Amino acid sequence: MKYLCFGYLDVQQWLKLSPAEQNAMVDACFAYDETLKKDGHWVGGEGLQGPETAAMVRYQNGSVSVTDGPYAETKELLGGLLILEARDLNHAIHLISKHPGVKMGPWEVRPAADLAQMIRESEARRAKTRSGAAS
Amino acid sequence: MAATHPEGIPETVEALFRSESRRILASLIRLLGDFDLAEDGLHDAFAAALESWPRDGMPDQPRAWLVSTGRFKAIDRLRRAARFQVPLEAWTEPLAESIPDFLEEELEDDRLRLIFTCCHPALPLEASTALTLREVCGLTTEAIARAFLVSPSTLAQRIVRAKAKIREARLPYEVPGRKDLPDRLGAVLQVIYLVFNEGYSASSGAAVTRPEVSEEAIRLGRLLLELLPEPEVMGLLALMLLQGARGAARTGPAGELVLLEAQDRSLWDAARVAEGKAWVDRAMASRRIGPYTLQAAIAAAHAEATGASDTDWNRIVGLYTLLTRLAPSPVVGLNRAVAVAMRDGPQAGLALAEALMEARELEDYHLAHAVRADLCRRLGRAEEARASYRRALQLARQEPERRFLEGRLRELEKK
Repeated sequence: MKYLCFGYLDVQQWLKLSPAEQNAMVDACFAYDETLKKDGHWVGGEGLQGPETAAMVRYQNGSVSVTDGPYAETKELLGGLLILEARDLNHAIHLISKHPGVKMGPWEVRPAADLAQMIRESEARRAKTRSGAAS
Repeated sequence: MAATHPEGIPETVEALFRSESRRILASLIRLLGDFDLAEDGLHDAFAAALESWPRDGMPDQPRAWLVSTGRFKAIDRLRRAARFQVPLEAWTEPLAESIPDFLEEELEDDRLRLIFTCCHPALPLEASTALTLREVCGLTTEAIARAFLVSPSTLAQRIVRAKAKIREARLPYEVPGRKDLPDRLGAVLQVIYLVFNEGYSASSGAAVTRPEVSEEAIRLGRLLLELLPEPEVMGLLALMLLQGARGAARTGPAGELVLLEAQDRSLWDAARVAEGKAWVDRAMASRRIGPYTLQAAIAAAHAEATGASDTDWNRIVGLYTLLTRLAPSPVVGLNRAVAVAMRDGPQAGLALAEALMEARELEDYHLAHAVRADLCRRLGRAEEARASYRRALQLARQEPERRFLEGRLRELEKK
């Protein structure tokens, strides 16, 4: 079962750390990521650049608009995401609770939806549309 | 090395995981002293098997190999964690430099320890049921949450808290000694029966039963009996088999509730009934008779009859009388009143039921009002019957039960 884990960063807490402490935290996070990879729990993951680098793409009044943001006024910013392979929710929680990043802000752990059935149904609908258009 | 063709090994490992993983986990918890570390070790051991068995061949004693490897890998994890200064608290013994390999015949079956720890009375009942289903039965958090109609995060939190409690309170990982056994076994049986009832009589919602949950409880009962052949374990297994055997007959084609006296007994699972009766007989013969055995004996007495008319109500009343002495409760008393009504007529039953209902405990119990309603109905006291059916309806939460009560009420209002 795959779990998507969204790691939030408490910026105030992060800024309180000395550069040496920040380095130690980063090292511990990467080392733990290596452990997850070695143990076969790591499916994928990325750290994110700051929210000021983000673009919001919206479809509005028939055209696409691009804006900055989101400028969330929260003290916790989405800092990265991680996809884990785990037996169940408690197993995923256990794996994340050992992640050093958990000390820097909360993590949201969410199971991936199994869309296999939905995809099969959609494929059937599209195949029908195509064969209908061909005749 | 056993001769297994390398191609077949992934399937063999998968089959071993299905059949042995709980037993291996139970041993790893004993050896490592920590549930989560043991789960990591279990995962590592099976991953290592997938890697090395195709290359080196299957070990002669795969379970012992997996336990040794899981333990070694877990200790290796602790070492690595210590190096990266990620604090990991485990009340494990000092890390051994060399780890002995185990022999299968020396390796105890630790599942009974696991069951007693999961069902320790220091844990809340709802935590025990969740933990038992996850650790002993191997169900996922999500599956247990679905069975108990709670959100996965709520259930996950129960499990996290229960494990923390086990760690912090240092609950012993052991089978209790003779002195404590009756009480502690009682707690285990209560957890298993709660799981069974959650499936047999879902406390709310659209369906009367969720059979998968009850089947899991029966499997658990069988495992417990294999590990600990005590009479009350036989009694509980018998009770679950006999009640579960009626599953198909308890609901009609539209999902409506069918009462015992109206059930088509040919729909009862005859093999389960026979097995249940055999365990009742063995438990009764032990002369150490407990409340589960008595309830099973009552269920067996029902199963011996073809209908209400040839049921041995005298025996059933007698068994309920013993049960009220052994495990007194207003609900047991109410059941006894129903049996007395069948033996001596509704007037006698109603007198007993009403006396019980004077105690406040049954006030919000919908079945108490339904019983009173039914007895009044049989005595032709329609007005009182209607009032009690209405009260029962106000309290009933389960959809099929509500439909049944509404049906009875309509019949009375026609007259």
